[in-house]
Amino acid sequence: MRDVAIIGIGQTSVDEHWGTGIRHLMLDAGLSALQDANVDTIDAVYVGNMLSGEIAGQSHLGALAVDFMGLEGVEAYKVEAACASGAAALRTGYIAVASGMMDLVLALGVEKMTDTSGRETTAALAAAADAEYEVSQGISFVALNALLMRRYMHEYGWKREDFANFAVTAHANGANNPNAMFQRPITAEAYARAPVIASPIGLLDASPVCDGAAAVILAPVEYARTLSPAPVKILASAVGMAPLAVHDRKDPLALEAAITSSQKAYKQAGLTPQDLDFFELHDAFTIMATLSLEAAGFAERGKGVQMALDGEITLQGRVPIATMGGLKARGHPVGATGIYQIVESVLQLRGLAGPNQIPGARLGMVQNIGGSGATIITHILEAMGS
Amino acid sequence: MDPKVVNDWRLRGQRYRLEGEVCDHCGESIFPPRDICPECKEPAKTPHTLSGRGEVYTFSTIYSAPEGFEAYTPYTVALIKLEEGPIVTAQLTDVAPTDVAIGMPVEMVTRRLRTHGDEGTIVYGYKFRPLHLGQAAD
Repeated sequence: MRDVAIIGIGQTSVDEHWGTGIRHLMLDAGLSALQDANVDTIDAVYVGNMLSGEIAGQSHLGALAVDFMGLEGVEAYKVEAACASGAAALRTGYIAVASGMMDLVLALGVEKMTDTSGRETTAALAAAADAEYEVSQGISFVALNALLMRRYMHEYGWKREDFANFAVTAHANGANNPNAMFQRPITAEAYARAPVIASPIGLLDASPVCDGAAAVILAPVEYARTLSPAPVKILASAVGMAPLAVHDRKDPLALEAAITSSQKAYKQAGLTPQDLDFFELHDAFTIMATLSLEAAGFAERGKGVQMALDGEITLQGRVPIATMGGLKARGHPVGATGIYQIVESVLQLRGLAGPNQIPGARLGMVQNIGGSGATIITHILEAMGS
Repeated sequence: MDPKVVNDWRLRGQRYRLEGEVCDHCGESIFPPRDICPECKEPAKTPHTLSGRGEVYTFSTIYSAPEGFEAYTPYTVALIKLEEGPIVTAQLTDVAPTDVAIGMPVEMVTRRLRTHGDEGTIVYGYKFRPLHLGQAAD
């Protein structure tokens, strides 16, 4: 097995890209990553995406990506794991390079969610859950998270307002990210006033529907320094799995797959949570941020919300999260999100995160969650320095 | 014909009667059927119909619904912990959202889940209502 590094990154802004289709989103992100890595050939392309078939009527994204990027003859295919598709594409590339089968891999995440009505998008997203025993009952993806949030509040005695700082922090950080969907801060009062989508979840608990693409180039660590002035090493890549449906999990609030995935990643990297400079977690909903902090070992069970109340999750806090806005403010183009998280972490580790730079950031953990927690993929990244 | 028709027909035993399985090795009650016991991992194919009684483990009232369910908003979905052990996801019925509470005893009833347009099929299945309502009606 070879060590693997990230030598190039690219991203489009996250937005409602009415004028840009899925192929040009892939093209923009993919070509900027190739340019950033200063390479013009590649051995394979793995595309993380969830909804292209349902929304754009376009499957077979691997072939489309290499065709329109001018990468004739390069092998390519799509990797799908619901909202964890991006991290799954990265991990597929990681395995390919680590094994020695490939030297240079482009891992790309893309999602185009706005080419249909909100209700159709809601229905398409629900397909990440159990179609026969969850979705058939009229459940939405928001509602699945609402069920978890209600139970969490019941078991640990938190109020809805206690979750506000997850959204407030994400928006504060998004305000300094030129690629974020939302670049305006919000207040705790605005959070409290937001309309309810599925009680107790309100509009400002939830990440938005949006479009975007992000990409990274992977290479063996042994060549990385000759190719890139500031490569970032992948210290760990780990997957945890739990039953598909929330109702089939023994302990729905435990986020079991995140516990497994994080523990495996710490072991691979030889690190503990205290060693990390930041944690790019999957804040699709405020409750997911809470449960992720607990599952990854940053807070005790039932205490994740306290970290938000105490300001420990801000850029200056003990465990900075959503450093460029997170899913809440940067946006959550589902299959692309896992790669956006990596791109932003690489910016932190290169020291290029602008006003949101965490001083001296050297180690970061990134976690991408598929569905309501059935597939959870964790990567730990380390700056290799220049 | 809506392509979901065959799927809905195939699930009739689960949707109308909560037909699950019981593990002959460890006695675990299983719903929906998965033929392998999630507890002891042994084959578990013995049919077993659940009582349909349980309590609300958690719930959410949906104001923004997925396509196909818009006409029913607001409606309340819940995780129901059945007395045999399994948890099912289902809508609550015959109860105002403000009257729902965690721990509330409920029982299964058969109700319309959705329709597939004016000329499509009507899908029926389980929902749950407060237990005392059923007792009063009987």
